[in-house]
Amino acid sequence: MLDIHTAPAASEEDDFAAILLEQTDRLLAHHVTPAALKAADEGAFPLAAWAAVSEAGLPLALVPEEAGGAGLSAVTAGQIIRRSAYHALPAPLAETLIAQALWTRAGGAAVDGIVTLATGTGLALSSTAQGAVLSGTLASVPWGAHASFILLIAHDGDGSAHLVLLPHADRPVRTRRNVANEPRDSLTLENVHVDADSLRPLPAALADADGLMMFGAFIRAQQMVGAMERSLDLALTYANERKQFGKPIGRFQAVQHMLAEAAGQCAAAGAAAQLAASAWGGAHFPFAVAVAKARCGEAAGKVAEICHQVHGAMGFTHEHPLHFFTRRLWAWRDEFGREAHWQERIGRAVCGQGGDALWPMLVALRPSGAQD
Amino acid sequence: MQSFRFGFDHLPAEAEQVRQDVRAFLQAEREAGLFVPHRCSWSTFDPAFSRRAAAAGFVGVTLPKAYGGQERSSLVRFVVTEEMLAAGAPCGAHWIADRQSAPQILRHGTEYAKNLIVPRICAGECYFGIGMSEPDSGSDLAAVRTRATRTEGGFVLNGSKIWTTNAHRADYLIALVRTGDAGPDRHGGLTQFIIDMSAPGIVVRPIYDLSGHHEFNEVFFTDHLVPDALMVGEEGQGWDLVTQELAFERSGPDRFMSDYRLLVELVDRIGQEPDRQQAVETGRLVAHMAALMNMSASVAALLGRNEMPNVEAALVKDVGTAFERDIPEVARRLMPVESSLDAQDDPFAETLADVMLRAPSFTLRGGTREILRSVTARGLGLR
Ligand SMILES: Cc1cc2nc3c(=O)[nH]c(=O)nc-3n(C[C@H](O)[C@H](O)[C@H](O)COP(=O)(O)OP(=O)(O)OC[C@H]3O[C@@H](n4cnc5c(N)ncnc54)[C@H](O)[C@@H]3O)c2cc1C
Repeated sequence: MLDIHTAPAASEEDDFAAILLEQTDRLLAHHVTPAALKAADEGAFPLAAWAAVSEAGLPLALVPEEAGGAGLSAVTAGQIIRRSAYHALPAPLAETLIAQALWTRAGGAAVDGIVTLATGTGLALSSTAQGAVLSGTLASVPWGAHASFILLIAHDGDGSAHLVLLPHADRPVRTRRNVANEPRDSLTLENVHVDADSLRPLPAALADADGLMMFGAFIRAQQMVGAMERSLDLALTYANERKQFGKPIGRFQAVQHMLAEAAGQCAAAGAAAQLAASAWGGAHFPFAVAVAKARCGEAAGKVAEICHQVHGAMGFTHEHPLHFFTRRLWAWRDEFGREAHWQERIGRAVCGQGGDALWPMLVALRPSGAQD
Repeated sequence: MQSFRFGFDHLPAEAEQVRQDVRAFLQAEREAGLFVPHRCSWSTFDPAFSRRAAAAGFVGVTLPKAYGGQERSSLVRFVVTEEMLAAGAPCGAHWIADRQSAPQILRHGTEYAKNLIVPRICAGECYFGIGMSEPDSGSDLAAVRTRATRTEGGFVLNGSKIWTTNAHRADYLIALVRTGDAGPDRHGGLTQFIIDMSAPGIVVRPIYDLSGHHEFNEVFFTDHLVPDALMVGEEGQGWDLVTQELAFERSGPDRFMSDYRLLVELVDRIGQEPDRQQAVETGRLVAHMAALMNMSASVAALLGRNEMPNVEAALVKDVGTAFERDIPEVARRLMPVESSLDAQDDPFAETLADVMLRAPSFTLRGGTREILRSVTARGLGLR
């Protein structure tokens, strides 16, 4: 049984990560079957899969050891998220993993169950005789109605920002499903009581204008890499199996070149997502996330297009699993800021500083021993 | 699962230290008026610059000290190269020798060749050309017809090479020539030789490119004698060797930074208050470049560990050269400037023109996009 509760020394993390990822893969392959994906597509929550990943400690991968987590690096956590998307795990493991990390880093205690993160508008905290109360609306919260907790940022009357871990309660919810049939819930909060344990001053890392959106973008970028890798794997298998004109279609140069182009897009997306994971916790994280979400989103569209083209009509059926991955790519590239949002961020930062500043910015983005 | 080895970890602290040294060197050069940033920096030819760069320790970075090199890691070399390109330094003279010829000679050349040539490359005073293409052998490199026949103490060469960049000012070429039968896989009977351009039996004729520059050439061999000591590797090993050489040729930052200076000028020209389209499209290019910088560093790390990353190198070049070709297209969309060959008052219009006219070559030289995609497809297990 996979168990990451006993965390490795930093020097051993590479070996440990390799074993962990292999075990994660096996666990996901076992639980996230085509039947499970189909059931989830029809609205069922994958209880068995969720129990298994929780049992394995994956939701606490990025929580420091002192706080009861595995204390793994963000690079390894990013890999776990990629693997979960490679299998299209239809549950918010990535959201939980990142929200738990942010909450514990802000001084909160790790919690049980599903944790999601929300961006919203007009989220206001006010103090009453009974304590703090929260009002506002949360839009498009991943698995908002399923979650035991929702992580969000709210401002008090003085304009100070707070991190809030809002426990689940029966509330009016409007569920929208994205094109992958994943729930994206809108919730209205009216004078919801928030106790002191559920409030933390906002950590500096979240003070960026994009706040939690940045971390949502981080999650979606890693996920897109995993789903692209799976789509490409499916297309490669299909290209070697499907025969037309007396030979596998993978022998036709037109097909080969499409797949080579998709591989290039996958590799570039993986490299960009890797930059963001390496930058976790550092000053360049916002820039790196912008790069990752913009680059992965662009690649996702191209890879999905190519993989469908290679699959012919078969890939257009509900029966074939390709759509579990491509529909997620189409959904995820739009969520937490589509490409243009992040490209504009980057472009404004770069133009604002002028051409000569671009090179040092790019160099600083890439992990180096000098920052150790 | 398909898997490419792009697991780049981080650049070593040593490499970052060298980065500061290169920057200081280049800044001093610029301040002394020794160069102005060039638009396509590795397409220059400035031997004096190469010698100064070598004296400062920035040529032959990975080569053994015994041969005049710096004996440092491939990631240190990677940093030196990217800094040169970012600064638009005129590093073209030593580029090919430093990038692929010296490592090739060191791995496979005779002791005589190593001693004769590598120290001079490391001194920045010995320049190389690539003798692969022939009139009837472009993408189909295995079709080369230039023939070397055995003679007393060496080989006699007859035939011709084409598109040979810098042949008119290089000291040597490494040429791929036919020494025997091709065999069933067509890859047999090929051998690499170091060609001394000052020896008799060689005629170089210029070919002017579409902008009128003289960079590449035709090279004719008539009973040109190559001593055994200038053979690279074993007779008949040429195909494997040329494949290795191409991994060095294809993966470096020069495959996505040929026109980096245009991006810099574009950012300056847009100014500090971009409109939305300008911000979005510039941001897109920067995101592409950041990803490429990571991919290319991964390949440098693989090369340093002697893992031949042929497929990864092909991927970097395919994605990288597409990016290079995109820069002038984006630039003209974002700035309503007519490109011009002699817009004295507008350097941006000139840079745009220069890059636009060179851009078609980016996806040809060093292996066309289509050939790279076929290499990748093979790596993916297709065919
Ligand atoms: C600026 C520049 C500098 C160069 N410098 C050098 C040098 O220093 N030394 C040197 O040896 N060479 C050099 N070259 C040559 C370069 O390597 C060749 O141009 C390249 O390998 C392609 O060969 P070709 O031009 O004969 O085109 P061809 O091989 O005739 O190809 C023409 C078109 O057909 C496509 N094509 C060909 N075969 C296939 C196939 N099997 N499948 C799909 N498509 C195919 C190609 O992709 C291309 O689009 C240089 C080229 C340029 C432009």
